[in-house]
Amino acid sequence: MSSSPARTPFIVRLGRSFDARSWLLVGLFAAFALIAVPVMHLLLPPENPLHLSTYFITLTGKILCYAIVAVAMDLIWGYGGILSLGHGLFFALGGYTFGMYLMRQIGRDGSYQSDLPDFMVFLDWQQLPWFWAGSEHFLWVVLLVLVVPALIAFIFGYFAFRSRIKGVYFSIITQALTYAAMLLFFRNETGFGGNNGFTDFKRILGYSITAPETRVVLFALSALALIGTLLLARFLVTSKFGRILTAIRDAESRVMFIGYNPLWYKLFVWTLSAMLCAIAGALYVPQVGIINPSEMAVANSIEIAIWVAVGGRGTLIGAVIGAFIVNLAKSWFTVSFPEYWLFFLGTLFIVSTLWLPQGVVGLYRRLRAGVGRETAGDASAADVPRSLRGVTDGVDARAVGGESLPAAKGARA
Amino acid sequence: MRTIGFLVFGCLLSVSGAHAAVDPALLGPLAADGNDAKIVAIAALVEGAKGEALPVLKAMARGSLALAGERVVIVDGERVIDASTNVEMAPPPAVTESIGINNRLRRELASTLASLRLFSDNREVRWEAAQELASGADAELLPLLDRALASETDPEIKARLQMAYAQGSLGSDDATVRLDAVRLLGESSDANVRQLLLPLTEKRGDSWAEPDSAVRAAAGTSIRAIDKRLAFAENVGRAFTGVSLASILLLAALGLAITYGVMGVINMAHGELLMVGAYSAWAMQAVFQAYLPDFIDWYLLAAIPVGFLAAALVGVLMERVVIRHLYGRPLETLLATWGISLFLIQVARTVFGAQNVEVANPVWMAGAIEVLPNLLLPWNRIIIIGFSVAVLAAMWAILNLSRMGMFVRAVTQNRPMAGCVGVPTGRIDTMAFGLGAGIAGLGGVALSQIANVGPDMGQGYIVDSFMVVVLGGVGQLAGAVWAALGLGVLTKFLEGWTGAVVAKIVVLVIIIIFIQKRPQGLFALKGRFVES
Repeated sequence: MSSSPARTPFIVRLGRSFDARSWLLVGLFAAFALIAVPVMHLLLPPENPLHLSTYFITLTGKILCYAIVAVAMDLIWGYGGILSLGHGLFFALGGYTFGMYLMRQIGRDGSYQSDLPDFMVFLDWQQLPWFWAGSEHFLWVVLLVLVVPALIAFIFGYFAFRSRIKGVYFSIITQALTYAAMLLFFRNETGFGGNNGFTDFKRILGYSITAPETRVVLFALSALALIGTLLLARFLVTSKFGRILTAIRDAESRVMFIGYNPLWYKLFVWTLSAMLCAIAGALYVPQVGIINPSEMAVANSIEIAIWVAVGGRGTLIGAVIGAFIVNLAKSWFTVSFPEYWLFFLGTLFIVSTLWLPQGVVGLYRRLRAGVGRETAGDASAADVPRSLRGVTDGVDARAVGGESLPAAKGARA
Repeated sequence: MRTIGFLVFGCLLSVSGAHAAVDPALLGPLAADGNDAKIVAIAALVEGAKGEALPVLKAMARGSLALAGERVVIVDGERVIDASTNVEMAPPPAVTESIGINNRLRRELASTLASLRLFSDNREVRWEAAQELASGADAELLPLLDRALASETDPEIKARLQMAYAQGSLGSDDATVRLDAVRLLGESSDANVRQLLLPLTEKRGDSWAEPDSAVRAAAGTSIRAIDKRLAFAENVGRAFTGVSLASILLLAALGLAITYGVMGVINMAHGELLMVGAYSAWAMQAVFQAYLPDFIDWYLLAAIPVGFLAAALVGVLMERVVIRHLYGRPLETLLATWGISLFLIQVARTVFGAQNVEVANPVWMAGAIEVLPNLLLPWNRIIIIGFSVAVLAAMWAILNLSRMGMFVRAVTQNRPMAGCVGVPTGRIDTMAFGLGAGIAGLGGVALSQIANVGPDMGQGYIVDSFMVVVLGGVGQLAGAVWAALGLGVLTKFLEGWTGAVVAKIVVLVIIIIFIQKRPQGLFALKGRFVES
């Protein structure tokens, strides 16, 4: 489409980024989340077999937020080839920022009946720190959610990409970044509640945060945000921008020789990814009712990568599937067999990298393509570097076209 | 007065077991009525019996001297000891009268005891007495110190006595005496002496606590001199803890320097290999407790090879089963090894329980050496620093002197060419990874001596040790050493100023900025290695 000389209207281009079947699926999902779920939760009596419990709403709503993060991760990792181990930081920053608003909404209903949040009273602070200014205004906080994590990502990304830090180096540095931030937020003096973080929320925009209606609205918002994220991501990766991005992933030097500056492409997708994470975090906090520094733990950020890897990198929908598979498994394991969860998760990491290089989506595609090809694919899977294998979605041909590149050697050095 | 108490106690230690007899005629007058008579008797006793008088005076200071008929005895609970022969009397005679003392006598006894120690023939006894007096003496001891100074020949003891004398004479009425004392005290490096001088520079109400301005100025100078010395000791202490931290970072990072630095494998399970080593130490401790209780202090030596082999075995398994299929795909390696680390953590939890296990320091690692008056260096830290240097040397030797090391270097520099000339690259990969893992195991054994041993212990080291390798530059042992030293010392000095958490954050930020400037680390490989 980018080759057509006439300028195609944006809405048409957006519409073309999905095929008819995908649009149908998106529509079905939207109908389910926005109509069926509210009806089944609010209107059906609890004894009705189709009634959806609060547990279901909260769990699914939470996983929807995770799915947004997974799509954001897929954008940068699956299409940009940049493995961030710091996405938990942006998720948590979004959550903390929105949490400030929720803390202010508690008003004088906290344990100390003070205008200040409880933890500040506990620390004997007399007034709000400067960065809490305006946090009682919903719109200002929403703006902060969109801007602050994106700004931090932009600044960090600018310096990192400018120095052409990539591959594992970048992963380790993002890991250090989120680790440092976690330590910072653990301090009481930082002004974000220390290791207890924010909790005991009461209201959002004046509505009770635990009311079924509020939950359903938050759930629907999360679903909408996920749909929006998917649309945007899909639009991006099928546009000219997306092609250049995958080209940078597969052969950065060549892209530079042609005359593109990879810095801005990487920086844009990195910042966008961080921003999406922040939105997910802001939706996550009111549904879960707590945010604390452990969200920034190194392990959490790496877990995001496994959602994407299990679902299938570079497929977008795979990220959503992966987020659901892993998190549903987590909820089930941690209740039924808590001691086996780490075994399962560890095995998942190993299996998905060794035998499922394209995740569940790739497995499905291979199964459909025929059992004979699958065995052949397995045999060669270990030898071909991941980034050189087709990434599906119409970019296969070009990605495979770069197979002569010494990406593997370069990455080892 | 506290010092004198020490002196009395010291006598108890130094003279117990003395058997010589004391003339009963000298003892009798101690029971005389009236303080003056008793003081005379004490002086006569010291004159006549010298060192042998110590147990008697000590007992008298305790108030346990008594009369049993005509005999002077020491009452010690149920036992009664003849003061003149220092032998227990059986059957114990009835005590007729106890010899009481008051404060005046107590002071007299204390200074007598102090002087007995200061004039002892034993250098150690004199040194201890001087040492104790030097950290707090008062004016009453001045005449005694004067005499001791005159007769003392050992320069070290003499210096201590001068210090004590100066402290005693701070209360003198003569300004010049005080001035000399203040100047002399400026040579101390004791925080207590600083406390003693501090009031001289302060105002009490409207007037100065110290009327003479020259003395005041000298006190200020002396305090600054002491501060300088204290700060020096503190900095030396910080540098030491920094080096100690560096040795731990180095032990944690050396294994990574092989697996990541040399082989290019991102091993997120490295921290868990440390854990394997630490649990090996714990297991050896349990084995020694059960089968070789007589040699329990040497379990750590046995743990060194066991920790190495256990971790190396885990490492070889990891390499064979998972990592070798992922060569050339660093990001996948990162995720897969993270999975392995989760797996190992859960194995440790299942086998050893989720709680931390206790690994005790052997006796020979306990204690500390005193380098400066206010600087103690613990032995376990010193031994671990030595151990890390030894491991570093061994690793350097293996890489640079052995045939296997040569192969490892060859494979690193040019894998296809090494394969062409007959180097079994696959096996070398396994062995190199095993070596890196084994060194992590050694690190774990060392860590078991100073850190908690539990299933999650490895997680805390992974970020730090990667920072060391990244900062040092990939493929460089020297880089890892300098990076570990730099990070360790920097962290400890920052901790002194900003507190531990902020120090850690600042260090991480500094590393991130540094990497921006020098993406290849401190010691970059030159030439064609530079990527793409």
